[in-house]
Amino acid sequence: MSAKPSLEKRPEPGPGPGSGPGPDGPPLLELRDLHVGYGAIEALKGVDLEVRRGEVVALLGANGAGKSTTLKTVSGMLAPRSGEVLLHGERIDGITSHQLVRFGLGHVPEGRRVFGRMTVLENLHMGAYRLRRPDPADLERVFALFPRLHERRRQVAGTLSGGEQQMLAIGRALMGKPELLLLDEPSMGLAPLIVQQIFGILREINEQGTTLLLVEQNATQALQLADRGYVLETGELVMSGPAGELLSDPRIRAAYLGEHVEAEAEAEAEAGRG
Amino acid sequence: MKATTVSRGKGGGPDMSAAARLRATRWYQQPRWRRLAALLGTALLGAQVTGREGSSSDIFLALKENTTGTGMWIWLGGALLVWVLREFVSEQLAAGWAGVREGARAGASGPLGRGRELWRSLPWVRVAALTALAVFLVLLPLLVTRHWQQVLVDQIGIYVLLVIGLNVVVGWAGMLDLGFIAFFAIGAYSAAYWTGSLPVEPPVVLNNFLVIPVAVVTCLVAGVLLGAPTLRLRGDYLAIVTLGFHEMVYLAARNWRDTTGGTSGASVDRFEIDLGFWSYRWGLDPVPYYWLLLVVIALLIFLFLRLEHSRVGRAWTAIREDEVAAAATGVDTVRFKLLAFAIGASTSGVAGVIYASKLGFINSELFVLLFSILVLSYVIFGGMGSIPGVLLGAAILIWLPEAMRDQVPAQDRFMYLGALLVVMMIYRPQGLLPSRRRRRELEMAEEGAGGADSLGTSEGRRV
Ligand SMILES: Nc1ncnc2c1ncn2[C@@H]1O[C@H](COP(=O)(O)OP(=O)(O)O)[C@@H](O)[C@H]1O
Ligand SMILES: [Mg+2]
Repeated sequence: MSAKPSLEKRPEPGPGPGSGPGPDGPPLLELRDLHVGYGAIEALKGVDLEVRRGEVVALLGANGAGKSTTLKTVSGMLAPRSGEVLLHGERIDGITSHQLVRFGLGHVPEGRRVFGRMTVLENLHMGAYRLRRPDPADLERVFALFPRLHERRRQVAGTLSGGEQQMLAIGRALMGKPELLLLDEPSMGLAPLIVQQIFGILREINEQGTTLLLVEQNATQALQLADRGYVLETGELVMSGPAGELLSDPRIRAAYLGEHVEAEAEAEAEAGRG
Repeated sequence: MKATTVSRGKGGGPDMSAAARLRATRWYQQPRWRRLAALLGTALLGAQVTGREGSSSDIFLALKENTTGTGMWIWLGGALLVWVLREFVSEQLAAGWAGVREGARAGASGPLGRGRELWRSLPWVRVAALTALAVFLVLLPLLVTRHWQQVLVDQIGIYVLLVIGLNVVVGWAGMLDLGFIAFFAIGAYSAAYWTGSLPVEPPVVLNNFLVIPVAVVTCLVAGVLLGAPTLRLRGDYLAIVTLGFHEMVYLAARNWRDTTGGTSGASVDRFEIDLGFWSYRWGLDPVPYYWLLLVVIALLIFLFLRLEHSRVGRAWTAIREDEVAAAATGVDTVRFKLLAFAIGASTSGVAGVIYASKLGFINSELFVLLFSILVLSYVIFGGMGSIPGVLLGAAILIWLPEAMRDQVPAQDRFMYLGALLVVMMIYRPQGLLPSRRRRRELEMAEEGAGGADSLGTSEGRRV
C-alpha cells in the first residue's frame, strides 16, 4: 500500500507495457462486494473483481447480465448501494464521472456516443477536455492507431460508419490519457472483419501501456485478447480465470460462444471418453 | 393494375392491392386537376380568412366583398402560379436551385462566394464592413420616424437583448426554457423596487444604473435556485418546470398587489447620470435609450462570442450533443448547464431593468407567457446558436407585424406571423442564419446519413 500513487494529480498514464508493481501491490482497479440497483431492480448482487496494471480483463455475460452497470459504476455514472470501488487502492465510489476522468479513467460508453455533429478532429479535441489543450503527441498516437480517422478528420462524426465511430470513441477516450480504459461492447453491431481490426488495435493500445477492462458479449474475440476473464450472470459472477482456460471451458463455449450443438456434442464426447 | 401486382409473385394478392390502393391515393399520383382544385379551394379559404371582417348588421357583407374584391384574384392567381410551377417547371427549378447552391458551395465562383473570399482574406474589408455597420446602427434612429424609434427601443432593442440571452440557454446549452420572461419580470420589478417606486420601501434607494448589477445578482440567484434542483431533468421536463416558474412569478406580480402594484402597476424612475460636474437624464425621447441599449448589446455580444469560443462554449456544445459522452470526457455537465441558465437569467434581468426604466411604468401584464414564447420563436426563427441569426430573427419578426400595421387588420397580424413561422419550420427548420453546426445537422439529414455501418467492411485498415 505504501507505493500507491496519490489520487490528487495524475496527469500521466502509468509506465510502459506490463510494468508496475508486482503481484503484491494493490490492483489498479478493485471492486469489492458491489451492489448496484435501479429502483426495485437489483442489477449487481455483490461483484468482486480486480484489474491489475497492464492487464486486459474481459467481463463477459449475456444481455442484461449487468456488464454495463458494472462499467458505469466504475466510471462514476452510477452510485453503488453498497460495496467499494477502489482505484490504486483508494475508494472512488461516489466521485462523479467527470472528476474521475482526471484520475486516469477513460470510458468508451455503450453505443459509442460520439458527438455526431462535431468533426472527427473536434471529437478528439473534446476527448482531451480535461487537459487545458490537447497534447499533439496524443493526437499523433491516435492517428497512428487509426489511420482512417486521420483520413476523415474533417468529416462530421455522425456520417462515419459504425466501425469508424467506434474507432473515434476509442480515440476520443485515449486523448484524455487514460491509465485504465473501460470499453463497453466495442464489437456491438459491427462486421466481423471490423471487429477483428478493432481488437487488433486494442491489443496495440494495451501494449503501449494502457490497462483495459473490456465488456463483451463476443466472448471469442474478447478472450483471445484478454489475460483474464470474468463471467457475469444476472448480477453475479459465476466464473473467472485466465482467458485461455475460459476459452476452452465447455460451459463457456456452450453459453457464450454460440457453438451450442458442436460444443455440447464435444463436451459430451469428452465426458464419455473421460 | 392487376398486371403490376401479379408480376410480384404468388400469394401477395391482398397485400399488393392494399399497397396499390395506398399508392393510388398518394397525393402526387392523382390527376393534376385534383391538386389544382385543392389549391384553388385553399386560395378561396385564404381570401376569406385574410379579407374583410363581417359585421353583425350585414352577415353576408364580408363574403360578398371577399369573393368580388381584388384580394381573391390575388389569392387565386397565386394558387394557379404555385400549381403551374410545381406541375410543369419543378424539375427545371430544382436544377436551377441546385446550380445556385453548387455555386455557393464552390465558393470562388459567383458574387456570394467572391464576397466571402474577400471577407476572409482581407482584414481591412472586415474592419471597414463592421465599421460601416456600426455607424449605420448608431445613426439608424435618426433616419426613422418617431414611431419606428419607439419600435426600435421598446421592442427590437429589448427583444434583441432577450434573444441573445435565451440563445445561450437554448442555442448553446440546448435546454428548453419556456419561462425566460420570468427573469425579465424579476429585473423589471428589481428596478421598480430599488428606485423606490413600489408600494414597499427599499432599504436604500439606488440609481437605475446601480440596479443593473443588483438585478443581475438577483436573477443569478433566482436562476441557480430554480436550476440547481431541476437542471438534472431533461428536455421536456425542464420546459415544464420553467413554464411553472414563469407562472409563479407572473401570478405573484399580479396578485401580490400591496407589494407589486398588480395589474394597475407602478411608475418607475428613468435612467439618470449625475457626475457632479455633468448630469444627464433620460426622458421621453427614445433615441438616447437606443444608444444605451446598443452599448449594452454590443458589450454582451462581445462577451458571449468570447464565451462561445472558449472551453465553456465547447462544454456546452458537448452537453447539447450528448450529456453522457460529455461527462465521460470530463465535462461537469451540471455546472455548465447551471452556468448557461444563470447567464441567460441575468441577461433577461438586465433587459427587464432597462425596459422598466424606459417605459417609466410596469404592471404584471407586461410579463405574460406569450412573451416567453415569442422570444423562443425569434431564437428558433433566426437560427438557434447563431448570434447573427437570432439578432436577425428578432429584428425581422418584430419589424414585420409593425410594417403590416397599415395593411391588414390589427388583430390579424399574429395570424400572418404564425403562418410565416409554420412555413419557415417546414422549409427551413434550421432558421434564417443557422450556426455552422445546425447546418451540418441538416446536411446530414438530407444525405440520409445516420450511423449506418456500410463502410469499412470492404476497405481494410491501411497502416
Ligand atoms: N436505467 C435503468 N433502469 C432500470 N433498470 C435498468 C437500467 N439499466 C439497466 N437496467 C437493468 O439492469 C440489468 C443489467 O443491465 P445492463 O448492465 O445494461 O446489462 P448488460 O450491459 O450486461 O447487457 C438489466 O436487467 C436491465 O434491465
Ligand atoms: Mg450493456
